[in-house]
Amino acid sequence: MARKIRVLIAKPGLDGHDRGAKVIARALRDAGMEVIYTGIRQTPEQIASAAIQEDVDVVGLSSLSGAHNNLFPKVVQILKEKKAEDILVFGGGIIPVEDIPALKKAGIREIFQPGASTEDIIQYIRENVKTT
Amino acid sequence: MAKNIRDEFERWETSILKKTLSKAAEREPVFKTTSHIALKRLYTPLDTADLDYCDDFGFPGEFPFTRGVQPTMYRGRLWTMRQYAGFATPEETNKRYKYLLEHGQTGLSVAFDLPTQIGYDSDHPLSVGEVGKVGVAIDTLKDMEILFDGIPLDKVSTSMTINATAAILLTMYLAMAEKQGVKSDVLQGTIQNDILKEYAARGTYIYPPLESMRIVTDIFAFCKNHVPRWNTISISGYHMREAGCTAVQEVAFTIADGIAYVEAAIRAGLDVDSFASRLAFFFCCHNTFIEEIAKFRAARRLWAKIMKERFKAKRDESCMLRFHTQTAGCSLTAQQPDNNVVRVAFQALAAVLGGTQSLHTNSRDEAYALPTEDSVRLALRTQQLIAYESGVADLIDPLGGSYAVEALTGEIEKRSMEYIEKIETMGGAIKAIESGYIQEEIAESAYQYQKEIEAKKRIIVGLNQFQVEEQPLKDILRIKPEVEQYQKQKLARVKKERDNAKVREALAVLKRAAEGTDNVVPPILEAVKVYATLGEISDTLRDVFGEYRER
Repeated sequence: MARKIRVLIAKPGLDGHDRGAKVIARALRDAGMEVIYTGIRQTPEQIASAAIQEDVDVVGLSSLSGAHNNLFPKVVQILKEKKAEDILVFGGGIIPVEDIPALKKAGIREIFQPGASTEDIIQYIRENVKTT
Repeated sequence: MAKNIRDEFERWETSILKKTLSKAAEREPVFKTTSHIALKRLYTPLDTADLDYCDDFGFPGEFPFTRGVQPTMYRGRLWTMRQYAGFATPEETNKRYKYLLEHGQTGLSVAFDLPTQIGYDSDHPLSVGEVGKVGVAIDTLKDMEILFDGIPLDKVSTSMTINATAAILLTMYLAMAEKQGVKSDVLQGTIQNDILKEYAARGTYIYPPLESMRIVTDIFAFCKNHVPRWNTISISGYHMREAGCTAVQEVAFTIADGIAYVEAAIRAGLDVDSFASRLAFFFCCHNTFIEEIAKFRAARRLWAKIMKERFKAKRDESCMLRFHTQTAGCSLTAQQPDNNVVRVAFQALAAVLGGTQSLHTNSRDEAYALPTEDSVRLALRTQQLIAYESGVADLIDPLGGSYAVEALTGEIEKRSMEYIEKIETMGGAIKAIESGYIQEEIAESAYQYQKEIEAKKRIIVGLNQFQVEEQPLKDILRIKPEVEQYQKQKLARVKKERDNAKVREALAVLKRAAEGTDNVVPPILEAVKVYATLGEISDTLRDVFGEYRER
């Protein structure tokens, strides 16, 4: 039997708008995943450490303050330095479309825009994480 | 003899209505508001029969203020058109303020960036990537001087969305006004200063709740004597609503917070009638038009009764719930952004029909970024259309007496009171926040709302129905990354030019006040005057008060 997918939902930076992060965390949990939510105001270092410590398959980053270009790539970079580049990192929030190519190049595998459904995100994770 | 309404209603139901329903069912088995109030098909005088006109509605400008807080409402003066604005540097934001004033805006509203809100200077490691992003960056009095350069502070009122660092920004404003030659007793404006809702939603807290409450009441006491026309707090439901709660929860949680502030101020030795008239409120206006109008009226009546009956306020002004409204940011869609213009117009109209004192209308592009000049002008024009063309501002509380509006006003008041009583049994708002109850209630409502959208039980035009193939919006406002460097250089210059011995001395005096029981606001004022930075002042208080961590 396939094991449960483990997900860390994280809020990097100073932004405290956590409605989206909490809704996603709850939806993934209802979809049968094991979800850890970091709470707000986490540094990239804290997020990467938590991801490794909790042995997650996926990290979901949420930011609405416009600091994503600084913060998202740092999380991926630290994961790489700690030899945890197999963890899939995706993001969401208020992120202008023209920022997406650079974020993807930096290793954020997918960006979900305002209006994305929790179903889209659940499906994306299921298709991209191997659990066997 | 006149016909009996109840008999006639029953006759209509069993004959006319039944015939129609037998042919075609209604669209839904039950129609519910966002607060899960099941709406009747039709409201009649039977639904308002228990209400007493003089006790429950009264007249505008009189207790219980259901029909409005001023005797003439918008016939006397229109609401203040106050667009929340701030981005990048004080220099750029100053230009936006002048643009808005030129286009007929009547009050200013300052948005600060996150480092400023959380007490970090622009050169702090945690500020990287955040400087100037969601608002303007303010590090020292120097920035405040630039922000308001050429703006007549004796004529324009200023609202500042600032909480944990409210005392610092308020005193910077006072010091800057003094330099402009404007005395503090003529200054008009508002600081948000509502720290409790920051623990419940949005999260720009620094210190633990009790220490934060001390700063709040110190501000009340200071302003009472020095800035008498200033609104010392704006007790805010907006952020909790944006985080997902319902209209009833918004009223309940906001008023529960309000009770906590009044209690804290009374405990700090203030007489209720000496500060209560300076308390202001801030609500969201969401999509459900009638429920929102009823919400504002219910909040006014509920607050008035609590102030009079529970806190024994003697002055009518102490019982008056005056409020600012912002249309619902969370209702904006990235899809078909022009639809947002229409959404905002309905929300703004509901706020006006609900009797708001000031209003911010969101811009069409805010699901993407902070608004451009063109889109913010359209948002302002929306208010002007309501004010000057629609005619709704020419009479007072035009929907008062509507069977539906009055019935819903009563229902929202009743359900809010039930929540408030529940919070009371937990020990009040501070305890309810510390235990996570309010956060959980908000998160639960947010999740249910999202599920309704995804199940198409709730239709959002352009998002889950009536979609089109479209390209994302172009031409959005971008904050240049150079802003951070520019702020850091300016900060370094100020630190070099100021008298550092005076700064150290001022911070030492502040520390002693914080450790003891003296009011912290006067030493903060002295510190900002010698150009101590926002970060230095916040760190001084962090040393004494400690920092709050989310549970």
